[in-house]
Amino acid sequence: MTIQFNDETFRDDYTFRNSDWAIRRFPFPFHEDSYMYSVNMERHRGGPEGSVYAKRFDVDEHYISEMRDRALVLAEDPLRCQSLPHMTLAGWDLLELIMVNKSEDYPDLFELDRDGNKWRWINKPLSIDDSFIFMDEASLPYGPMEYITRQTQGDFAVLDQRENNLWMDAGMVTTQADWSLDFDIGMNFFEWHAPVPLAHEMGVFKRALKFLLNVQQGNPARRLNWTMTVNPLLDTSPENYHKWGVQKTTLTPENLGRKQHLRVELQTFYRLPRSNALVFPIRCYLIALEDLVTIPKWGRRLHRVIRDLPVELATYKGFIDNRPLILDYLSQFDDGLPTSPGVWPDLDSEPPLRR
Amino acid sequence: MSTDLDRLHVVVTAKVKLNDLVTRFEFVHAGGKPLPPFSGGAHALVEMRDGDVTRLNPYSLMSDPLDPSHYAISVRRDDAGRGGSVFLHDKVQVGDRLNLGYPVNLFALDLTARKHLMIAGGIGITPFVAQIKQLQSTGGAFELHYAARTQALATYADALRAAHPARVNLYLDDQNQQIPLERLLSGQPPGTHVYVCGPRGMIDWVLTTAHALGWPPEAVHFEEFLAPQPGMPFTVELAQTGKTICVGEHESLLEAMEREGVDAPYLCRGGACGQCETRVLAHDGTFHHHDHWLEEHDRNGRKIMPCVSRFEGTRLVLDR
Ligand code: HEM
Repeated sequence: MTIQFNDETFRDDYTFRNSDWAIRRFPFPFHEDSYMYSVNMERHRGGPEGSVYAKRFDVDEHYISEMRDRALVLAEDPLRCQSLPHMTLAGWDLLELIMVNKSEDYPDLFELDRDGNKWRWINKPLSIDDSFIFMDEASLPYGPMEYITRQTQGDFAVLDQRENNLWMDAGMVTTQADWSLDFDIGMNFFEWHAPVPLAHEMGVFKRALKFLLNVQQGNPARRLNWTMTVNPLLDTSPENYHKWGVQKTTLTPENLGRKQHLRVELQTFYRLPRSNALVFPIRCYLIALEDLVTIPKWGRRLHRVIRDLPVELATYKGFIDNRPLILDYLSQFDDGLPTSPGVWPDLDSEPPLRR
Repeated sequence: MSTDLDRLHVVVTAKVKLNDLVTRFEFVHAGGKPLPPFSGGAHALVEMRDGDVTRLNPYSLMSDPLDPSHYAISVRRDDAGRGGSVFLHDKVQVGDRLNLGYPVNLFALDLTARKHLMIAGGIGITPFVAQIKQLQSTGGAFELHYAARTQALATYADALRAAHPARVNLYLDDQNQQIPLERLLSGQPPGTHVYVCGPRGMIDWVLTTAHALGWPPEAVHFEEFLAPQPGMPFTVELAQTGKTICVGEHESLLEAMEREGVDAPYLCRGGACGQCETRVLAHDGTFHHHDHWLEEHDRNGRKIMPCVSRFEGTRLVLDR
């Protein structure tokens, strides 16, 4: 299908909206009625047609507006994009990965012509048509990582692999759930995960790292993570906490369905060929609770997950204070009926809400 | 990690005998497409169907990592081994089709290093050939010290010396030349990383010397591929699958599991990556561990690496 791109904002007047199409394909992260950290990784090799898993780099109706928001963040704070000197080769790897995959997956939107190292890249939605020399930084307006991630939804952490660890040595981070590239740059896998509660004790990170060190070329992996965000803000960074933190106090029973969003990150993992680095795209999807509960199964389940979530997790994810309000709202959409296993909406088989 | 999608289908385009022991094979993509680029030091598994036995042996890629038009490997003939190298030398011809695994790198350059000090023994030269090509195009400082038995067996020495006369040093056993290891390791600028690939004895020599001279472990890199060794047949009970299987003299435990349709994880098949690590539930007998992966305390009946290690005894039960 051809995508109708929205003209919308993720700040100030918050005109961000999900169409019915975007609601139905939302990556709902809960496959059962409860949630706990786990090494929830699987291969990233497609998914049901139309789902966010179907393509390697999903493009949706928010594409153009998200890229506009990224440019605004970067204009205010250039340190959201950093690349240590040894990561330039990985930047080229990433540029190639995205250009090749997007032009194959969306031939009507993106075109890549390669003649040896003379490349031409056409990005129709963003009206870009650039010719450049592959591996020659001077031929692009930005470094290779910055160039391509200014045109690709989601944050990107580019990890160098050495000493049996991963090091956050480059990244483009403007749509993050309260962490900072500038703070984490140069840290290793255990260092940047230090603030996460419970998971260390459960051995999650040791096993996850072992898995990641072995992610191989041609065999990407993925997982989901989630949190809650008041207002459809992409940039919930520590740098700007003074701007968005206070918005968490503006929830009322009347505005909650509209303002409270479930924030889901589709995280993927690709080995980069020339640099042997790993790239970790973190794609953020937002959905207002009032839209989410139009899928009866999701409304029932989200209520139960939020209700039973351990305090440590609700605190870390930053919604412990609002949890009672959120539960009041969600309880209206939980009639106690059982839910079907798996993440899909199952609109044809799941019963409508019983009042 | 073991489906057909993970395979690259290639055609053999060249088979070049370099000396009495070593032959180079070159491959292009069977569909005429570019092959994936790789990083210097990467290897690929070569799938060999020899009668009803299927083998997957790792070989270092030694073509230019940035050139996707072809891959090259160099294979040392090992008549005492289980036949992978002999099969390639004797049976595989130009025009044959083969399947390769995607490139995997367990011996990558540390790109934060100021200088790369490379120490090669014999066929251990192959990963360095690709790494040197990579450093040539991305501009990194390196120095190679290469030991071989004779001039004739010093595969690629001439080409390397011609391309980098000031950076390549050759040492020949039959001339009683030895790498001046202690001096080399003592006189490096800060930020140097050392890499060694060669026979077990050489790796141990470099690791011990570097350790004694106070090199930080993260600046010392090594790779030794272990071809699975033949050995006495043995029987294994697989607890999860509920199967009891026999491992033949010329196959590995991993190969035997695959033959029986047990989906066991693997990556390097050379005892280095850790992917196939398997828990031992019960045993009565002796383990023959050949891997580089397990910790010492796991070798005593707790774990086994089925890609290279064997067992001799009356009973072995694995968590697989
Ligand atoms: C190399 C790829 C990865 C990167 C760059 C990354 C990065 C991060 C960062 C920056 C945070 C926020 C920490 C903070 O509070 O400052 C985080 C949180 C977390 N990460 Fe990762 N991570 C990666 C892979 C993984 C994997 C494979 C797992 C698998 C289990 C994982 C599990 C988690 C969990 C459970 C949290 C807490 C999230 C929450 O509750 O909202 N991470 N990660």
